[in-house]
Amino acid sequence: MNSTENLVRIAQLSCGAEYSGIQKEIDSAVKQVNAVMVFPEVDISDIDAIEEEFGLKVASPDLKLMMARAKSIVTGKVHVDAVFVATCFRCAEAAIVRSEVRRYINEKTGIPVISYSFTERTTAGTLLTRMEALTTTARRKSLLAREKQSGLTAGIDSGSTTTKAVVMRDNKIIGKGWVPTIKVLESAEEAYTNALKEAGVKREDIQALGTTGYGRFLIGEHFKADLVQEEITVNSKGAVYLADKQKGTATVLDIGGMDNKAISVIDGIPGMFTMGGICAGASGRFLEMTAKRLGVGITELGALAIKGRQENVKMNSYCIVFGIQSLVNSLAAGSKPEDVAAAACHSVAEQLFEQQLQEIDVKEPVIMVGGTSLIEGLPKAVEELLKVKVLVPENAQYIGAVGAALLVSGFISR
Amino acid sequence: MKVFIYPTNSLILSDLVERFGHEPLAIMSEIGKRVRSQGLDSPPLNITPEEPKLGLKYAAVEVPSGVRGRMALFDPLLSKADAAIIVRDPVTSFGCMGCARTNELVNFLIRAKKIPLLELDYPSTEEDAKEFVYKISEFLKSLKPAEEKK
Repeated sequence: MNSTENLVRIAQLSCGAEYSGIQKEIDSAVKQVNAVMVFPEVDISDIDAIEEEFGLKVASPDLKLMMARAKSIVTGKVHVDAVFVATCFRCAEAAIVRSEVRRYINEKTGIPVISYSFTERTTAGTLLTRMEALTTTARRKSLLAREKQSGLTAGIDSGSTTTKAVVMRDNKIIGKGWVPTIKVLESAEEAYTNALKEAGVKREDIQALGTTGYGRFLIGEHFKADLVQEEITVNSKGAVYLADKQKGTATVLDIGGMDNKAISVIDGIPGMFTMGGICAGASGRFLEMTAKRLGVGITELGALAIKGRQENVKMNSYCIVFGIQSLVNSLAAGSKPEDVAAAACHSVAEQLFEQQLQEIDVKEPVIMVGGTSLIEGLPKAVEELLKVKVLVPENAQYIGAVGAALLVSGFISR
Repeated sequence: MKVFIYPTNSLILSDLVERFGHEPLAIMSEIGKRVRSQGLDSPPLNITPEEPKLGLKYAAVEVPSGVRGRMALFDPLLSKADAAIIVRDPVTSFGCMGCARTNELVNFLIRAKKIPLLELDYPSTEEDAKEFVYKISEFLKSLKPAEEKK
């Protein structure tokens, strides 16, 4: 990360972080993104009055402090660029306050907010991508306002399962590469070479290169990228660009190979977002394993799921081990493969819905991106759960690479 | 007007609202719908695991299922409410939802709706009780009756 970039002031509104022993992890993550945590000052009288003013009466005094601090931000008593709202995992009262505080700040100020529930195992590494996205949104609004790609640029998305590359010229995709991620650098080389070959351009002709995804730092250094960016901002931008929904609200859902992102976007800029990464049962990996067990390719699983009915298969667990076991048992009991495929898609969609979509405000249009969005059964299952139409733009699997190529074109004139 | 009452199973509040020409939004109607529907899947209230999922509209998965199950019952009542009466810290026999977290959330949602609202403490003396009923009756009188609203 660039240490010459502006220092970002993040307000920490939390309950229990210091007693969970993770404050140093939070501090370490913000330091890495050249940000500083601030704790908005409040008077004792503000805390005493906050329940009446905010309308939420709670038993825990630290949650009252959290609400008073939120009010201090909204009324402009303290100036911050971004807000981090965090409470202990499994505290119901805190989950209620966290959700309402997040909504209150975002609606009243437009300041980017991220909410997080932590355990004592939360590490700086877990928080880093989230903090990076939060500070990027606060710091690079002008870059994120870019709506058209210009010049000749490229983007590489080094994902946990696949590596994608695109070459773009004058707002059009002219070359694409998509390979499984085996060795990060070699896979990136291969995907990039394929994209350049399809585009018919030489590597030295590329005016600017952007990288994103898990391997972004490694490949960014290797290719001397002009922009190394986490996938939350890049995917938001790529999604609204490909779906042609750059103005107004949108919700971007990306079920990845290892984690999921749910991002609430306004005018192409992420406002609230969540990243799930604890359970493989809610990821693309679960669908990959289902496809393998059904003896079909991952690209065929979606079409199969569309023909099936998830209600016909009883799944006892979302877990990647026990959930697959349920599917195997169903097959043994005579279930049709299409019903099993549909149940797998439903299971992943339901977890996304239950675990992550509660943390953001789902606003239409809902855009699904990433390789899993091409598994037709998955957008269908999300549509059924959310009761809204889900958009899957063309080239949705190249979302990160397209977003990176689009954003990095802002660096050409520099 | 449709008046949401809290605790939503308070027969006294429900009766008072009706006496002043309004429609009480009470939990009994929602439970009634479930127990009178064909087939009893999940006795005693016929609330199935689907209800806590519907409650996700109001609270994240981290919030216990019992809160979310209650929220699923309150959802149609909350969305219809034109006015509300909240009684703070009532004795159990007056009406009780049995859950402090649900109390916090529902009371917040009602306040956030910015509808005419009367919030008052449960009375502890006979004098307070008279004042309690008087305040409720004055509040209900100040609301336009259901038929006039149209």
